[in-house]
Amino acid sequence: MFKIIHAEFLAPGIKRFVIEAPRIARKQKPGQFVILRIYEEGERIPITIENSNPERGTINIVVQAAGKTTNLLNSLETGDSILDVVGPLGKPSEIANYGTVVVVGGGVGTAMAYPTAAALKRAGNRVLSIVGARNKELVILEPEMRAVSDALMITTDDGSYADKGFVTDKLRQLIDNGTRIDLVVAVGPIVMMKAVAEVTRKENIHTVVSLNPIMIDGTGMCGGCRVMIDGKSEFACVDGPEFDAHKVDFAVLVQRNSMYRDAEQRSMAEFTNAQKTASGDEAHACTATSGARQGEQR
Amino acid sequence: MSTTAKKSANPLLPKERIKVPRQLMPEQPAEVRAHNFEEVNLGYSAELAQQEALRCLECAKPTCTDNCPVGIDVKEFVQRIVIGDFLGAAAKIREANVLPAVTGRVCPQEDQCEGKCLLSKKVKPLGIGYLERFVADYEQRMGTHVVPNIPPTGKKVAVVGSGPSGLTVAGDLIQKGHKVRVFEALHEIGGVLVYGIPEFRLPKQIVREQIDYMREMGVEFETDVVVGRTVTIDELLEEEGYDAVYIGTGAGLPQFMNVPGEHFNGVYSANEFLTRINLMKAYKFPVYDEPMLDLHGKDVAVIGGGNTALDAIRSALRLGARKAYVIYRRSDAEMPARAEEVHHARQEGIDFQMLTAPVEFLSDDKGWLTAARCVRMELGEPDASGRRRPVPKEGSEFDLPLSVAVIAIGTSANPIVQSTTPGLGTNKRGYIQASEETQRTTRKGVFAGGDIVTGSATVILAMGAGRRAATSIHEYLTTGDW
Repeated sequence: MFKIIHAEFLAPGIKRFVIEAPRIARKQKPGQFVILRIYEEGERIPITIENSNPERGTINIVVQAAGKTTNLLNSLETGDSILDVVGPLGKPSEIANYGTVVVVGGGVGTAMAYPTAAALKRAGNRVLSIVGARNKELVILEPEMRAVSDALMITTDDGSYADKGFVTDKLRQLIDNGTRIDLVVAVGPIVMMKAVAEVTRKENIHTVVSLNPIMIDGTGMCGGCRVMIDGKSEFACVDGPEFDAHKVDFAVLVQRNSMYRDAEQRSMAEFTNAQKTASGDEAHACTATSGARQGEQR
Repeated sequence: MSTTAKKSANPLLPKERIKVPRQLMPEQPAEVRAHNFEEVNLGYSAELAQQEALRCLECAKPTCTDNCPVGIDVKEFVQRIVIGDFLGAAAKIREANVLPAVTGRVCPQEDQCEGKCLLSKKVKPLGIGYLERFVADYEQRMGTHVVPNIPPTGKKVAVVGSGPSGLTVAGDLIQKGHKVRVFEALHEIGGVLVYGIPEFRLPKQIVREQIDYMREMGVEFETDVVVGRTVTIDELLEEEGYDAVYIGTGAGLPQFMNVPGEHFNGVYSANEFLTRINLMKAYKFPVYDEPMLDLHGKDVAVIGGGNTALDAIRSALRLGARKAYVIYRRSDAEMPARAEEVHHARQEGIDFQMLTAPVEFLSDDKGWLTAARCVRMELGEPDASGRRRPVPKEGSEFDLPLSVAVIAIGTSANPIVQSTTPGLGTNKRGYIQASEETQRTTRKGVFAGGDIVTGSATVILAMGAGRRAATSIHEYLTTGDW
């Protein structure tokens, strides 16, 4: 059992948990993730590690409610426990002094981009960060990102905060202004990562994205997380999760992530109904709208 | 042992023993079991077991024991069954094998003990596996495990992986007085015994009971630890104070065929397919949250001819598949699966497409599998494995309509431990180098065995490696010599 020692909403539907996991806290590096299972009948899902504190033996995870499991997770409070948390999984981000790095975080993906941005900054890079969200309420980790960036740009889809538009608009601007960019790191929804990849491909800027396909064990055993990289199958859990954006077949990723959509929607509908019945009050029903996967949400 | 000239308890003369027919294993009727996950074999009664035990010829030089990877004293335990001392028989097996209820069910006996049984020269071999299973189950039902009281040595051993080889090492070393802690990456103990082998062949309750017994003996288990990621081998040795480490991390990454369309929705690796069913209980969705594709009325094929392939396709049949095919590129004779599983699968109505291989998967416009494009093969000259090489027959291409395809063509080495342990030698294929005699690796105090050393093999071979490792770990801990 892994105890939640602090839980707080960062935005509607996005919650940060501080979890007692001393072994993981000691080893966690930027770019890595955990797999967790909440209770005996629960599924195993990969979740972003936002930060860790080796001295206190804690890790921070950030969860966006999307399907049943993430909604259930976000209903947990300080003092509750999670049955299984395993990690840190995946290869860490490759941290070096590249020069100028643009770090792009979309939605809850910002939580995964943040530790990488911080490490890149510590390694001596000039870090220009772009954070995008649907609206003002969903912009997360702004002070944290600002603290590790030489410049922070924010966009919202509806213009309710900072600049109206998409993260790619800001990236385009940087390129058009003649900013020399040595590396782009993008973590967010698949459509966003694909759009970033298209922008940088033309400019020949090395770009890394963090993929979040369907996973079970996270150690290479099941092969469910295979992604097409440069026409070849690779396992996101052991070969990734970060890959060269220009080699990723995003269409295959979208297709494979849709494999259980029917089941996910059914789970979510049953969960929502159970919640409504339990509370007798629709206002308590969750904020999420569909059974979309965590990976597609961020 | 065979050296003591004991008077036989068996009332029958050898020539009479040969006349006793091999006792059939009671089993669920094929048409019933094809629709449930209950165990296929029901087990011998005491009467059947004693009748079968009478057939043992009590050879002066028992080849059965020589051909057992863990060296079970078959003759002795079978004699104890003859006289009705079933617990004594179980204790005899336990001297060599910490998981008798498991091996009695999943060992390929025809290639080992029973394969060399003297009886098989004239009649059917002694049902050694069935007898082993009987006494292990009897012992379990009686609930009379003896927990030995052993003085502690003060030494600590870390076992990485809780599959058959890790459990064997743990069981053997705890009985030598060492402290043993087993680390498991998944949330359940048992490795392939819980995520891979289905309920109808090895009930999970049996595995849990064997593990509970180990807990009673003092073995500690820690789940959710991926050694190499959560903690490294070096940290176990240097910071956590372990005196030796055994690596038994198992098979590893599933292999794919690298034919077009393997990424379509509906194409699974056998590991994923079986893990969803066995470990995650996806077939009980939505009671359990992990989903899997609904197989009711669907056409499903497995590609491969090993035990894993048969486990997958027989699971698909039980989950409502309309057609369930095995697609295997060689012929019956080369199939690596246990004979009993092939027999059971045929009884259940699995359609074996032998000498056939997929060359491509086809899909609809949304990326969902619709068919496998296959070719028929013929056997040519022997290849490196000594088996005749399958060669495609020209013009034999055909499309087999399918909703789900499961790829069960083997695994390759999982790199996590190797890549995070400096100085740990590996072979060309990435498996850990270990002495065949002592299971020592190139790192002092680090031993390895099972599939992570040999590549995909069987439960009992992994247990054999575990036994050898336990012996040499004990020697190392006692003498300090490397």
